[in-house]
Amino acid sequence: MNQVKPGYTRSLDIKNGRVDMGHGSGGRAMMQIIEMLFAVAFDNEYLSQGNDGALLPQCNGRLVMATDSHVVSPLFFPGGDIGCLSVHGTINDIAVMGARPLYLAASFILEEGFPLADLKRIVESMAHASRKTGVPIVTGDTKVVERGKGDGIFITTTGIGIVPDGVHLSGNLACPGDKILLSGTIADHGMAIMSKREGLAFDAPIISDTAALHGLVETLMNGGVKLRAMRDPTRGGLATTLNEIARQSGVGMMLYESAIPINQTVEAACEFLGLDPLYIANEGKLVMICAAEDANSALHLMRSHPLGKRASIIGEVLEDANYFVQMTTEMGGRRIVDWLAGEQLPRIC
Amino acid sequence: MCLAIPAVIEEITCTVTGAESAIVNLGGVRRQISLALVEDCQVGDYVIIHVGFALQKLDNDEALRTLEMFSEMGDPDELREKLENSLS
Amino acid sequence: MKYVDEFRDGKLAVTIAANIAREANKGRFYRLMEFCGGHTHAISRYGLGDLLPSSVQMIHGPGCPVCVLPIGRIDQAIKLALEHGVTLCTYGDCMRVPASKGMSLLKAKALGADVRMVYSIMDALKLALDYPEKQVVFFAIGFETTTPPTAVAVKQAGAQQLKNFSIICNHVLTPAAMHAILANQGNVQLDGFVGPAHVSTVIGSKPYEPFANDYGKPVVIAGFEPLDVMQAILMLVRQVNEGRAEIENEFTRAVTREGNLKAQALVSEVFELRDDFEWRGLGTIPCSALKLRPAFAAFDAELRFNLAYLPVPDSKACECAAILRGEKRPQQCRIFGTVCTPENPVGSCMVSSEGACAAHYTYGRFKDSTVVAA
Repeated sequence: MNQVKPGYTRSLDIKNGRVDMGHGSGGRAMMQIIEMLFAVAFDNEYLSQGNDGALLPQCNGRLVMATDSHVVSPLFFPGGDIGCLSVHGTINDIAVMGARPLYLAASFILEEGFPLADLKRIVESMAHASRKTGVPIVTGDTKVVERGKGDGIFITTTGIGIVPDGVHLSGNLACPGDKILLSGTIADHGMAIMSKREGLAFDAPIISDTAALHGLVETLMNGGVKLRAMRDPTRGGLATTLNEIARQSGVGMMLYESAIPINQTVEAACEFLGLDPLYIANEGKLVMICAAEDANSALHLMRSHPLGKRASIIGEVLEDANYFVQMTTEMGGRRIVDWLAGEQLPRIC
Repeated sequence: MCLAIPAVIEEITCTVTGAESAIVNLGGVRRQISLALVEDCQVGDYVIIHVGFALQKLDNDEALRTLEMFSEMGDPDELREKLENSLS
Repeated sequence: MKYVDEFRDGKLAVTIAANIAREANKGRFYRLMEFCGGHTHAISRYGLGDLLPSSVQMIHGPGCPVCVLPIGRIDQAIKLALEHGVTLCTYGDCMRVPASKGMSLLKAKALGADVRMVYSIMDALKLALDYPEKQVVFFAIGFETTTPPTAVAVKQAGAQQLKNFSIICNHVLTPAAMHAILANQGNVQLDGFVGPAHVSTVIGSKPYEPFANDYGKPVVIAGFEPLDVMQAILMLVRQVNEGRAEIENEFTRAVTREGNLKAQALVSEVFELRDDFEWRGLGTIPCSALKLRPAFAAFDAELRFNLAYLPVPDSKACECAAILRGEKRPQQCRIFGTVCTPENPVGSCMVSSEGACAAHYTYGRFKDSTVVAA
């Protein structure tokens, strides 16, 4: 005779199942999805407390908090997905403040009908990124919206970190004479997304550079470099980040076009689509401003790290009452690298 | 609107309507374009692409001649110095 | 990238610039108009002005098809999108051009109109094929480079007897605009033209011969890359010095005297001349634009949707007209960079990446003030 085993609960139908309104209702269905999908993947001592908020150990030191929402489309792209993108993105925002990232929170807005198989894939990618970087996801939230009111999945990640004593990095600290360094090639992420959307094919595929930069940052900080500011140039590209710092610090900049590293295929894809790579998103690159005398050692430190092999000194900070970011072009003439006007590419991050 | 780029023809194909098209390659990026506006194109030819169409074949001999024309007069470093003096 | 990298070599730029500096007569100015918006963009984006002596002045011409499109034509496209519920396909730059009542195609999209950016007219054609229930209209703009692709698409639509595809034709002609510039000679003195690159691959160098023969102005057709532009400027300086007025071709790798005969034949088959056409900045010019021939009338959106053309004057403060004619520089417009910026454009020259105002604002406005280096 067939009997149902005691304590049996029906498992989630990952293969064919979809998110429905019940999963966001706060009831049993939601608990099931949290336990069987999220908690299983993220698994850590704080999450398993099972409370509305995570109780964390005492932190001594100045705290840094950062938050990011992720709406990238398509959800899966060469080199990554919305999951690992969201983990890396917030870790990077904390790391560029000079802080060691400690904990992450993740909230999800799911659209009714979103395939559970895709959700599992995204959650596992986040879990993998979290484990690899050593930054646990300690608390979270899930909501479900009706079909047509979302776009599959939106993720918001928030993180906290601690800044060591004596470290003070800020976008308003750049001084005339400082050097500007970049950790590697520009426009990889944005063009990986764009190419998928536009159906471009490649000899060598363009892969998103999504990566956690806290290791590279630590290498620089331990190397005795007098750092002023660091940023990861995401949406709006290198140009936007440099204009932000120039304005915050009340300075100008001079860049050297031939010193800015770019992959040939990425450059060709930009030519094809009529896009300027300076404004295209990156998700695993560091822009750093330091005292001139430390530039060469900083370059050497970056190049010794796997994420900084193509690091380059790309320019210097100038006095300029208009806060222009200028560039000496490959031709030897000058232009400015202005703020982005309008929108080059939608839904990149 | 003038945005047009030179790319090499890697493969000649046919579309559903029987029109000739090609896969072109620029710096490692491949895309399908129409050959409706050009004639006698072969794999290995370079064409100028504009809004998804090949507009004209590039003449390799003329390209080389043009490049020679650019460098017609001498040592770049010496010239750079002369240039800076005359522009100041 | 072959045929690209070699023509962007900084060392060769120095060589050519030195030649220009040596040969430009210090006792006079060389007022040269680069007709084509693509050249305006290249000059600004590479900072080529820094490589020229002050006696050589580049004057931006009207060769930017978005810039010369009058407001009334954008209004037609917006009306189609908002009131007729069509799927309006357009090249990117058109989306933000300001039209009447503070509208633009981008704003119409935000209001719910189905406006789509495409890279090629064939994308619009495909849309019409894939979605027979949608009325797809392509907003066709451009000089002679862009007209042949439109001709191919319309012919294909005809062959497939598509019922849901049409175009609003705003294709315009380069020589007609150059004539209009030269006819206004009282207002801007020109010593020569840098001729368009890709327009010339289609039309050849022959159509420019009247400018040398009848107006005595030299024209040097230049390729698209910065070295091409520099070399063409050198060739023009030489012609002016030697008192010559000839059509010279720097872009021999892609331009012949006859041009692309196949493309020209296709265009003749599908299009005919309009009696006249209003251009922003240049006024109404006879025989300067195209419309579909009667055989292809089924694909004419102006006929299908009974679209009237209502001329709309530019905003009073907008100097696009004078800038397009080369009479003023962007900096001389009262509202340049203040009221009119790429985020909030008042006129079309600030919208298109090839527009003189957009080019100067985006790449060159720092030269309007002094910068102190560290």
